[in-house]
Amino acid sequence: MVDLRETAAGMAAALAEGRVTSVQLTEAHLDRIAAVDGDVHAFLHVDRDGALAQAAASDERRAAGGAASTLDGVPIAVKDVMATRGLPTTCGSRILEGWVPPYDATVVERLRAAGLPILGKTNMDEFAMGSSTEHSAYGATHNPWDLDRIPGGSGGGSAAAVAAFEAPLAIGTDTGGSIRQPGAVTGTVGVKPTYGGVSRYGLVALANSLDQAGPVTRTVLDAALLHEIIGGHDPRDSTSIQQPVPSLVDAAREGATGDLRGVRIGVVRELGGEGYQDGVLARFRESVDVMVAAGAEVVEVSCPSFVHALAAYYLILPAEASSNLAKFDAMRYGLRVLPEGDPSPSAEEVMRATRDAGFGDEVKRRIILGTYALSSGYYDAYYGQAQKVRTLITRDFDAAFEHADVLVSPTAPTTAFRLGEKLDDPLAMYLNDLATIPANLAGVPGISVPNGLAGEDGLPSGLQVLAPALADDRVYRVGAAVEALLEKEWGGPLLDKAPSLEGASR
Amino acid sequence: MPDTPATITRDEVAHLANLARIDLSDAELDHLAPQLSVILESVAAINEVASADVPPTSHPLPLTNVFRDDVVTPCLTAEEALSGAPESEQQRFSVPRILGEEA
Repeated sequence: MVDLRETAAGMAAALAEGRVTSVQLTEAHLDRIAAVDGDVHAFLHVDRDGALAQAAASDERRAAGGAASTLDGVPIAVKDVMATRGLPTTCGSRILEGWVPPYDATVVERLRAAGLPILGKTNMDEFAMGSSTEHSAYGATHNPWDLDRIPGGSGGGSAAAVAAFEAPLAIGTDTGGSIRQPGAVTGTVGVKPTYGGVSRYGLVALANSLDQAGPVTRTVLDAALLHEIIGGHDPRDSTSIQQPVPSLVDAAREGATGDLRGVRIGVVRELGGEGYQDGVLARFRESVDVMVAAGAEVVEVSCPSFVHALAAYYLILPAEASSNLAKFDAMRYGLRVLPEGDPSPSAEEVMRATRDAGFGDEVKRRIILGTYALSSGYYDAYYGQAQKVRTLITRDFDAAFEHADVLVSPTAPTTAFRLGEKLDDPLAMYLNDLATIPANLAGVPGISVPNGLAGEDGLPSGLQVLAPALADDRVYRVGAAVEALLEKEWGGPLLDKAPSLEGASR
Repeated sequence: MPDTPATITRDEVAHLANLARIDLSDAELDHLAPQLSVILESVAAINEVASADVPPTSHPLPLTNVFRDDVVTPCLTAEEALSGAPESEQQRFSVPRILGEEA
């Protein structure tokens, strides 16, 4: 009997003890997807046959006594920004509609080697530009807590899939908060590892110096188990960190005892207050109280340059993105559109027509902004300055980590807003990433852990925990402690309070 | 360094779209130009933040060039590399004419 609400660690234990097979587990999740994904729209592509074949192979391995990893046989969903050999990879864009990569991203290769059946590809804002998945060319994902609301973004599909029990695990990518913010607004766990901690090979780049793939799960321990599988040095990514991943599973287990004695927690003064919803701030203060009760020492730290993080980010990101997206030129792969009324168009004209037809509004906005920021005469004033601010933000982190082992803040300033509410107001949309962006600019790791429901709307909020670069184990320890202590108060996981989604609501 | 106007005109957007090889329609220009001005205004303040002595950061972690041994490793076959091409011919990408009519 398959319990879809079981944790991935629990499913792995059931597989190891022979209480369930991977085929049963995978089939149950595929059935759940068939039942509820019409409402949630977390998936852009479901690979039923492939997943079941991988599950059968996993069962054979386990029967022969040779599990490939702890999570061998536990199914997973992969964000559509990761190249998957033989499976469509669109990045939520028309320009890549129908593209089937001839190779696997390193993360995907490691998932396959570890025996995790891949259920399918999850929805996202086009090329990961957005905080709501509404910028997907294939339609928005709906938040399982309230189908009229956004699931966060850009990785709203991965977070919603996990929150709706369509998958026990998922892969996300986080450039400015795209793992953590969806985690916060869907009541799930998301981790952005230290920059370079997980290979970017085969991840379709948005902004190379900011992008980082990581786990999207329902519990902190599940995230640690997955992180240990996908993390570690990859010679095919020259920015990959050449040292072993710290023991994250041990850190999560240590944290789960709920003991935070000796841990110094820094509350970042600049990440709270104005612009933050009351209910989100109330849950945040409670989380801090819980950590204090568990023995943590709390200090307030100031990171004055964080107020400029959003501006720096919206110069650096478009600059890198406009260069990266230049490869979509209608020549080697992806869409090719011929301009109307020209019997013999030039390559450049085909390129222009294709990029107009293939890119959505947000992608066009950012390409143009990036082209502007990089253009001669403005480069020093915008891109150059943004890179200096990046230095200041890193220095703020360094100073703060002299007084605290980890820093905490609300993950997102608000709970999930209504679909359509900010779609054509780019600046309002960008503000969702206020608290998550500094970590990307400095390359430090961060986690979002569910920390309750906001009083005014009954929707989930998240606690963000940040640690120094390479100290990913700290976010797992503190995240697991907060999770354990809060679940004790609630009498179970936060997702127990979410609607069950029977699939007939629409 | 020129003064950095915190707005961007419709003509400038058209010029930038041209540089970025995107055919924007008139309706798109009308829609995007004011939005880009709003975004630009909000990021323009960054000019005054960092003094000249602050070094720029291009990358979050200090890294130097990474090399691997020069050995042959498996790679894509020509068929695989061409599998996503809009058009191919004789194991090559087939592209529209590169030169102008008058060339």
